[in-house]
Amino acid sequence: MERYEERDLPLPSEPMLLNMGPSHPAMHGTTRCLVLLDGEIVRKADVQIGFLHRGFEKECEAGTWNQVFPYTDRLNYASPILNNIGYALAVEKLLDVEAPPRAQAIRVITGELSRIMDHLVCIAAFSMELGAFTPFLYLVKTRDWIYNIMEKLTGARVTHAWMRIGGLKEDIPDDFEAMVRAVLPKVEVTIRDVEGLLLRNRILMDRTVGIGVMTKENALSLGWTGPCLRSTGIPYDVRKADPYCGYDLYDFDVPVGTSGDNYDRFVVRLEEMRQSSRIVSQALDKLPGGPVRLEIPDVTLPDKHQVYTTIEGTIRHFMIIMNGEKIPPGEVYACTEATNGELGFYLVSNGGKGPYKCRVRPPCFANVSGLSEMVTGGFLADIIPSFGSINMIGGECDR
Amino acid sequence: MSQKLIDRIRAALPDAVIEAGVTHGDAWALVKRERYLDVVRLLKENAECMMDHFIDLTCVDWPQRPDRFEVVLHLRSSTLGHRIRIKTRAPADAPVVPSLAPLYKGADWFEREAYDMYGVAFEGHPDLRRLLLWEGFEGHPLRKDYPKEKRQCPIPFRDDAPAQPKPFKERP
Amino acid sequence: MTTGEKTKPGGRFYLTGLDQVIAWARKFSLFQYPFVTACCAMEFMSTMGPMYDMARFGAEAPRWSPRQTDVIWVVGTVTNRQAPILKRVYSQISEPKWVVAFGTCASCGGFYDNYATLQGIDKIIPVDVYLPGCPPRPEQVLDGLMLLQEKIQKEYARWDRWSFGSKEA
Repeated sequence: MERYEERDLPLPSEPMLLNMGPSHPAMHGTTRCLVLLDGEIVRKADVQIGFLHRGFEKECEAGTWNQVFPYTDRLNYASPILNNIGYALAVEKLLDVEAPPRAQAIRVITGELSRIMDHLVCIAAFSMELGAFTPFLYLVKTRDWIYNIMEKLTGARVTHAWMRIGGLKEDIPDDFEAMVRAVLPKVEVTIRDVEGLLLRNRILMDRTVGIGVMTKENALSLGWTGPCLRSTGIPYDVRKADPYCGYDLYDFDVPVGTSGDNYDRFVVRLEEMRQSSRIVSQALDKLPGGPVRLEIPDVTLPDKHQVYTTIEGTIRHFMIIMNGEKIPPGEVYACTEATNGELGFYLVSNGGKGPYKCRVRPPCFANVSGLSEMVTGGFLADIIPSFGSINMIGGECDR
Repeated sequence: MSQKLIDRIRAALPDAVIEAGVTHGDAWALVKRERYLDVVRLLKENAECMMDHFIDLTCVDWPQRPDRFEVVLHLRSSTLGHRIRIKTRAPADAPVVPSLAPLYKGADWFEREAYDMYGVAFEGHPDLRRLLLWEGFEGHPLRKDYPKEKRQCPIPFRDDAPAQPKPFKERP
Repeated sequence: MTTGEKTKPGGRFYLTGLDQVIAWARKFSLFQYPFVTACCAMEFMSTMGPMYDMARFGAEAPRWSPRQTDVIWVVGTVTNRQAPILKRVYSQISEPKWVVAFGTCASCGGFYDNYATLQGIDKIIPVDVYLPGCPPRPEQVLDGLMLLQEKIQKEYARWDRWSFGSKEA
C-alpha cells in the first residue's frame, strides 16, 4: 500500500503582503519594506524611503553658503564631520583654493574619528538585530569616549558644524593630541573583543554568509560605492583614486571583500576601523604647523579682535553675514569618501548669497536601491541582516 | 584625461553636443535631448570610455530660461577612472527626458526622485512614481516657484494644537 | 531597619493613597516605545548605553510593540509623511500613556521650517515632556525622564481617559 507523505502533497497558498513599516526596530529609523511573501520566501520587495525627507536642498537654497554647514551635519548624522568636509571641499573647489596643510591634516584626523564612530554604530546595530546585545554595549561605550573628544574640540557631541570654507572653525586645543592617542588603543581593544565575540560566531556566520549577495556588475550599475562596493570585490576608494586633503601622504590599506554578502560587509567595516586608527596616528605624527584657515576676501569672517576694534572688520563681518559669501558663478561636483561611500556635492552658484542648487549625492541612497534585489528570493528573516549591513542612515538617504 | 572623453563624443556623434568643456577640473558636455540616450550609450559601451559606474542624476531649475529644466548626469568608469558630467535640457511645457533605466539600474531611483522634486517625466521608466514625498502631495517642491513654507499634511491637526507662529520675515 | 524598632505581628503598615502607590509603581517601570527617526537616535543610543545608563531609572526595556508600552519617545524629526504613522502608533498604545518629544524637531520642527516637516508633534498628539536640544545631551534626556516621573507621580490615575470607543479619529 502506498503511503503519501504529507509534505509531498501540494499545499495551495496565496501570497501575503506584509508591511515592515516605517516604525520598526530593524528598519533603522524610517524605511518601509512592503514584501510579498510566499510562506517565508520573499517574492517581491518594495522598499519605500522618504519618511525622513526634511527638505535639505530647499533649506540650503534659502540661506547663505555658510549656513549650509549645520544642515550637512544632519545628513549622515553618525559621522557628521565627513559631511562637513565634503561640502567645504566642494565650495573650495568652486573657488579654486585649497585649505592650508594643517587644516587638511586636522580634517583627516577628525574625519577618520567620525568614520570610526559610524562603523561602531553600524556594527552595534547590525549585531543587535541579530540578537547579540553585548557588542552593542561595548561599541556604544567606545563611541561615547570618542564623543567626549569631539565635544571637547567642537562643543557638540553629535552635530559639530566645525568646518568652514577655507579651513576649520578654530585650532585644536592643546590636549587634543593626548586624548586621541589615549583613545586609539581602547578602540583597538574593543574591536578585538567584538571580533572575538562575532567573527567566527556560528550563529552570525549562518545568518550572514551567502545572504544578500550582490554581484559586481549589478553593484556598479546601481551606483554602489564605499564598503558595500568593496565587499563585492571592486577596490574603489575615493581616498586612493582621487586623493584629497592630503590622503596620499598617509599609508593605509583598503579592505576589499570577495563575495558581496552580508558577512563580507561586516568584516570590511571592522577592518576599516583599524585602518582609520592607523591614519589618525600617522596624521598626528606628521601634523604640520601654520594657520588653520585661509583668508579669502568676502568669504572668511575676520578675526574677532578686528571685528570688535576696527570699523573695517565690523563692516566686513556684517556684509558677509547679511549678504552671504561672494562665490563666483559656476558649478562643480566634488566627492569624498564618506562612511557609506562616495558622498558627492554638486553645487551650482549664480553669484547670489547662497547656493542656487546644493545637491548631495547620497551614498546610501544608491546602496538601498539595491535592497529589493538582494532580498528577493530569500527568507523574510534575511531582510534584517541585509538591511543592517548596508548601513542606511535616514538623514542621508532621504535628506 | 577627461578632455579625451569629450573629443570622443564629438568624434562619434558630432551633432549631439551643443557645448562642452572642462571647468574647475570637471569635464562636462551639454547634449541635445534627442541624442541624450545615444550619447550615454556610447559612453557606457565604447571601449575607450567604459563608463559603467553610475554616480548621480539630478535636475536644476532655471525658470528664466526657455529650456527650464536641466537634467544633470554624472558617470564614472570603474576601470579607467575618469568622470564626466552630461547635461540636457527640457522646456517647461514639455518636461520629458529619455530614461536611462534600460542602461543603468541605479537610474531607477534617481529619476524617480527628480520626477518627485521637479516634475520632470522620464520616458521609458518602468515605474515612475513619487519617492521621497507621499502620493497625494501636490506640486513639485524644488521648483523655484514653490514657496518653502507651503505646508501640506496628509492628516488633520488636533483641535487643541498650538497655533503656528508666523514666519520670521512676517513678524512685526 | 533601625535598631530598637519592634515589628508588630502581621507586618508593617503604611498609610498612603492608592493613586500614589500606583503612580510609584508606574514611574519606576516605564516600558518605552522608541519611535526613532533621525539624529537624536544617536543620543538615545548613548543614553541607553553603559555610560549614561537609563536602566538606573527603570526605563530600560524598549518594547517595539505599542500594546506593551507606556511611554512613546518620539526621537527625531517627524515629517508630514511620517505623521499618519505616528498618529496610528500613538492611538494603538493603551492607556495610561505618555509622550516624550525628544529633540527640537519633535518639539517644534527644529530648523526645518519647510514643506516637508511637521512643526512639532503636538500638532497631532498630546505631549507630556518636551526635550529641547539638537540633539539633547544624555544628561538632559535623563533630566527629562525624571520630570516625566514627577509628572506621573503627581497626576491622578486617569480614569476618565479610559473610554470605550475612541474620541479621536
